[in-house]
Amino acid sequence: MSVLTPARTSGRTVNAQENFSAWANRHRKWLFAAPAMIFVGVLIIFPLAWTLYLSLTDSQGSVRAASDFVGLENYLTVLTDTERFWPAVGRTLSFTLVALGCEVILGMGIALLLWRPFRGEKWVRVAILLPLVATPVAVGMMWRLIFDPNIGFANQLLGLVGIPPQPWLSGQDSALPTTIFMDVWQWTPMVVLILLAGLTSLSDEPDEAARMDGANAFQRFFYVTLPLMMPTVIVAILLRGIDALKTFDILYATKGKGGGSFHEVETLNVYAYGLSFDYNQYGLSSAVLILFFMIIVGTMWLLTMRKKAVSK
Amino acid sequence: MKRRSVVKYAAVAAALSLGLTACGGGSSESKGSETVRVTLANHVWTEGIKAAIPEFEKSTGLKVELTQLGEDQLSDQYNVKLNAGSDEIDVMMYRPLQEGKAFARNGYLADLTSKVAEDADWNWKDYQDGPVKATSYEDKVTGVPIITEREVLYYRKDLLKAAGIEVPKTMEELEAAAKKISSADTAGFVARTGKSAAVTQFSSFLYSFGGDFTDESGKSAVGSDEAKKAYAFYGGLIKNYGPKNVSTDMSWPEAMAIFTQGKAAFYTEADSLYKNATDPAKSKVADTVGFAPLPAGPAGSKPYNIPSWGLAVNEASANQDNAWKFIKWATSKERTLEAQKAGVPGPRASVWSDPAGTSTYPKDLAAAIAVSAENGVGHDRPQVLTVGKAREIVGGPIVASITGADASAAADTAHTAFQKFLDDEK
Repeated sequence: MSVLTPARTSGRTVNAQENFSAWANRHRKWLFAAPAMIFVGVLIIFPLAWTLYLSLTDSQGSVRAASDFVGLENYLTVLTDTERFWPAVGRTLSFTLVALGCEVILGMGIALLLWRPFRGEKWVRVAILLPLVATPVAVGMMWRLIFDPNIGFANQLLGLVGIPPQPWLSGQDSALPTTIFMDVWQWTPMVVLILLAGLTSLSDEPDEAARMDGANAFQRFFYVTLPLMMPTVIVAILLRGIDALKTFDILYATKGKGGGSFHEVETLNVYAYGLSFDYNQYGLSSAVLILFFMIIVGTMWLLTMRKKAVSK
Repeated sequence: MKRRSVVKYAAVAAALSLGLTACGGGSSESKGSETVRVTLANHVWTEGIKAAIPEFEKSTGLKVELTQLGEDQLSDQYNVKLNAGSDEIDVMMYRPLQEGKAFARNGYLADLTSKVAEDADWNWKDYQDGPVKATSYEDKVTGVPIITEREVLYYRKDLLKAAGIEVPKTMEELEAAAKKISSADTAGFVARTGKSAAVTQFSSFLYSFGGDFTDESGKSAVGSDEAKKAYAFYGGLIKNYGPKNVSTDMSWPEAMAIFTQGKAAFYTEADSLYKNATDPAKSKVADTVGFAPLPAGPAGSKPYNIPSWGLAVNEASANQDNAWKFIKWATSKERTLEAQKAGVPGPRASVWSDPAGTSTYPKDLAAAIAVSAENGVGHDRPQVLTVGKAREIVGGPIVASITGADASAAADTAHTAFQKFLDDEK
């Protein structure tokens, strides 16, 4: 008996191992994807679900404190708030649209210039990519100094050509455009990179054919190159657009909490940050974040649809 | 064979992913109670303590693990970690007037009442009343003050001499002097302008004009006549005699920069920041800066006199006794004297009465501090739970006044909003 037991156990182990192997083999696509899926679950789905739950409560002060379920009250409060929420939505959209528009047009222009080989090409490419590698908070600090209304470089430069000093970041109306400028300065290189990759993968033949047919440069760009580039352009818009919607760093670095004394640059992200970290109104803040999330997903969905239509 | 390899790969993949998550977890592994985890803000006080920590470690055999953060990051850290009930922090440096009330109510701060009474040598009675009040909550001691501040007048001796003006003793004299000195290059007056940042420095003007943020019954008082006058005066000084193109986002670093670049004659600010103006490495006007008590308004000179920072023990910490040992050491008479000599005004009465305590201070500053400590008010912002939001509300009229809008109308708007805020908070 005592001799037999270990043998039986080991037989069982072998069997169990084989069974597991067979099971693992049958489900290998799940098994291999599992770590990534767990990762996504823990770091994205759980926080999202928790935020959704918080948005339905009146949680404030501390998330561990008792809170009541209030249904959609937070959403109602937020959606009827014309003092902070809707202006923030407006700012978020105008920031994104204007910055994105400038970045794509400028990016396309620069990409076309860099497309054909020329002397010193490498250096120019490196120089153009420099803003991209700078950290956004450092960029914010740098521009804040440059745009300082009293001791900043920008106004001294304007003074040289006789233009009166401008308020830049400290102006109620000029703060948002100034931060858009900073965003364009920093992120156009990324758009250039994506578009350049698209351009280099284009075949020369359609362009040559158009040339043979007597099309001028303008016509060749708008009727040949651009339509062929459309999928790439949409990828660039998609990537940059989502990023621009979520911009936080340069806004916070230049104007601080609340986006300035008049909330001049308070976008949805900055608003939600203030609600949770300054006001400790977690329920309300979560409602804003869920709405914001829906705006982003909606935009993404629209663009992806568009991309599919173009690709067909 | 094939099956085996699938299992092997899966095992490796699982191990790797576990490894990665473990890396993400980082410092969460449990530490022995011999290690005290201390979170401090970037401050001159912290620099002094940091240099002296080896001394503490040697005498107690404990190990100190120090995290040092900027003011805003520190707040965010506390919001995240204390909210989650984390025991990763033992000792925390916090702002009693900004966060103290909310933290105490949320149960983040350990009750230190019995601990402060334990040791007569360390002597809790040595602490000034105002700071003690600010670090207490519902008759319980929840923190030990470490740094105190009062608002004083910084001024440029050379500019005053050139203009033939005496140091202003009243608000009226201050305005007249600012007007006289103000020119295209040099502003007559500068101070904080940011909606939220300016509230604390504006508070002394408010008290000196006879107002306060709330009245005795706890109702909003920012719409009172006194408050309206104070708003109009503070904003008017900056609008009329302040720097050209003045930003409405200035906190102390920006306002201090204008003063230390030699671009302003008068500046009202916390005394604890004086080193920024007198250190030649940071200030172009180090030789010519003078200090005076806050000029008197209709209700006299009433600057705030508050503890800007304190030390507390995290309620969730499993190492509270050692955390207290650290606090007791860091707030001892000797350490307070050392810190005070390095330019950090402390909360201990005995250190102030000791001539060594003010030996390193400019004479006029020490005199101004003594005056302010006597007639000071114990708060520099609304005493509520959500201080951040309250500051934005009561700061609105300051900015309105600076930009030339009607201060009185803005104060009425702020009054309605502040009263609603106070009602909601109850």
